[in-house]
Amino acid sequence: MHATDALNEADRLMTVCNSCRYCEGLCAVFPAMELRRTFTAGDLNYLANLCHSCGACFDDCQFAPPHAFAVNVPQTLASVRAESYRAYAWPRALAGAFDRNGLVIAVVAALSVAAFILGFAALNDPAVLLGAHSGPGAFYRLMPHNAMAALFGAAFLYAIVAMAMGLRAFLRDAGTPGRAAPTGVSLWQAVRDAGRLRYLDGGGVGCVNADERPTDRRRLFHHLTFYGFLLCFAATSVATLYHYLLGRVAPYPWYDVPVLLGSAGGLGLMVGTAGLLAAKWRRRPELRDDARFGMDAAFLAMLFLTAATGMALLVLRATPAMGVLLALHLGVVFALFITMPYGKFVHGLYRFAALVRYAGELGRI
Amino acid sequence: MSAVPEFARRYDTLVVGGGNAALCAAISARRAGASVLVLEGAPRFYRGGNTRHTRNMRCVHDSATAFLTGPYSEEEFWDDLLHVTGGRTDEELARLMIRRSRDMLGWIAEQGVRFQPSLGGTLSLGRTNAFFLGGGRAMLNALYRTAEDLGVVIAYESEVIGLDIADGRFESALVHRDGVRHTVRAATLVAAAGGFEANLEWLKEHWGEPADNFLIRGTPYNRGTVLRMLLDCGVEAVGDPTQCHAVAIDARAPKFDGGIITRLDCVVFGIVVNRDARRFHDEGEDFWPKRYAIWGRLVAAQPDQIAYILFDAKSRDLFMPSLYPPVEAATPGELAERLGLDPAALERTVAEFNAAVRPGTFDHTVLDDCRTEGLSPPKSHWARRLDTPPFYAYPVRPGITFTYLGTRVDGDARMRMADGKPAANMFAAGEIMAGNVLGRGYAAGIGMTIGSVFGRIAGQEAASHARN
Repeated sequence: MHATDALNEADRLMTVCNSCRYCEGLCAVFPAMELRRTFTAGDLNYLANLCHSCGACFDDCQFAPPHAFAVNVPQTLASVRAESYRAYAWPRALAGAFDRNGLVIAVVAALSVAAFILGFAALNDPAVLLGAHSGPGAFYRLMPHNAMAALFGAAFLYAIVAMAMGLRAFLRDAGTPGRAAPTGVSLWQAVRDAGRLRYLDGGGVGCVNADERPTDRRRLFHHLTFYGFLLCFAATSVATLYHYLLGRVAPYPWYDVPVLLGSAGGLGLMVGTAGLLAAKWRRRPELRDDARFGMDAAFLAMLFLTAATGMALLVLRATPAMGVLLALHLGVVFALFITMPYGKFVHGLYRFAALVRYAGELGRI
Repeated sequence: MSAVPEFARRYDTLVVGGGNAALCAAISARRAGASVLVLEGAPRFYRGGNTRHTRNMRCVHDSATAFLTGPYSEEEFWDDLLHVTGGRTDEELARLMIRRSRDMLGWIAEQGVRFQPSLGGTLSLGRTNAFFLGGGRAMLNALYRTAEDLGVVIAYESEVIGLDIADGRFESALVHRDGVRHTVRAATLVAAAGGFEANLEWLKEHWGEPADNFLIRGTPYNRGTVLRMLLDCGVEAVGDPTQCHAVAIDARAPKFDGGIITRLDCVVFGIVVNRDARRFHDEGEDFWPKRYAIWGRLVAAQPDQIAYILFDAKSRDLFMPSLYPPVEAATPGELAERLGLDPAALERTVAEFNAAVRPGTFDHTVLDDCRTEGLSPPKSHWARRLDTPPFYAYPVRPGITFTYLGTRVDGDARMRMADGKPAANMFAAGEIMAGNVLGRGYAAGIGMTIGSVFGRIAGQEAASHARN
């Protein structure tokens, strides 16, 4: 017996699936399952995080509900996966943030935004907050650069530390037994598999979502989101280098590298997250893990808002709306950073670690 | 007049059944220009009969492919078929099927079905059999999508309860749906509604009361009603009416539809005893893939149609896992108690077996030299003493896969009447006519070959007949 109902159900299903194996060509979960005959909680957490929730195995299963064996792997592994996020949270006291995740993140986001608006208003003359600014250093008239860098640096650092601790917990629980270090080969294989979402593809047929036709676009939308996020990260990195190495102060003209990268990334993030959110909304009930809808939606909403407020700031930065928009954007970004370890963001971390382990187990394939 | 719109019009081709053969017939008829209605008796989830439980098909191919490890020639296919049927096959039809199977992998793929290399635990089939990516239900889903896209009309939970046939000519079918009867007319009929393995009353006609203890491995919807109506309407029968393909499956499986996961591949690693704790057949006669299909009948012949596969800790991980865990105990006597057998009798059987085991080098990948001496029945290979606790047992019962009785057809998949004349407008494909090719025995994946090849032919011929 395992500690939770979801783990017990996953154990039951893996016994069914291991006796059948018809789905082994669909993704990584089933070949990894076949290496085992019994399943520890760590094994199940590993398999759950390896699952990309493509849904193909549900429609392909002759034992899916209403069959008496009631095999629903995507839904069960989604529950196990969400429980594993909670179990790996650091510090432990904040694990509860996963329970009503949508609400927690909405409250944190609202408080952050309010804090920035009130902070700007308290520290600045209303004329500054509501005035039009232009030229280098326009943003820093509302909030000094060093204050901004220190605050966001600290928030980012905290997120990194908390997520590193979570990753450590995952590796102890569901990582390679004996904790052999991942090889360069398995890391590179995992980078390639994650980078193209190899297993969000139903084994090459495509995924299902809203109906039984493999016409799902989540892979495309996830690419837009993920690579959009990376472009935004690159934009921030380039801007940081400009500031400290070249002494060039934001805002930058529209044709400059940080703005181009940020605009492309922002658009990708907006389209990608909107697409993923819509797909989540339309997902068939039998594939959904309704208890975690809030967590998934909150994370997508935060990414969308980050991109949308950033884009609005870019378009309206020379107008009197800039002050409020900047507060809005910084509030959302700040909330995104500090809630990262306690929301859907961690899926990428654990899934990547699971892919590394898979590549190590199965060899280069 | 019918209140159900899809039943109101007259179709070129009516396909009865919803599995691989039915869909291949429907698709090929539709592609040949016919209007097609498919009547599936099962609800949507259970559509497809036993195709849901299949996973591969056996086709001729000239060279290795991305999914097949080597070539499989017509001659080799024919030899394999001759071997498993012991010659009980219609050579002309069998050779036609084998020849046509060469195009099937490509044709099936064109209908949206995807393949993959052979599954774990099935390496022996990697050269001859192409495995469906995601298994039989995935294959069916692809065929149904293609059929729908082509404009084939599909009606679920629509059971055919009557056929209007006069002088070998099909006129209409009486269809039962939602408590209402409808008459459906069509120019041609393709019967692809499977065998009668799920019809216990029919099985009892030949097996008597023991059939009550049989488990049905696949769909509960293969009740053979269409087959019986056709035979009653004067279609010539083919295949042994008393026989069915039966394997020994876990006795704890549900009565119907337990599928592949209730099979047990461990007979060769231990001994098999009946209710009286006695052995009754050589467990190590030959490789398991060559022997698994005899064990259903062997168990059916035992008292209460039950038997127990016994093995010890040495063999625990040597075979494919299955759904239910084995019964476990520290001693054979204790195991007997758990199973409800006479402990003294089982201890005696195990002791006699252990005493008869000769020293040898165990290797389950070859016909090894581990055997018994002076024991009846003997165990010819892989005989190792049961001496390492814990001891394990799986209770097994006969699991019925399919039946052999069918309708006689010719090379156009056209049914033949008992008076020797070809039927005017009636065709058959799949398990309902498999007995033409497969008089007895089985070779993995051949049911799907029969279904696809004759389904495709039946669809083409029906369409061409209807449109002329």
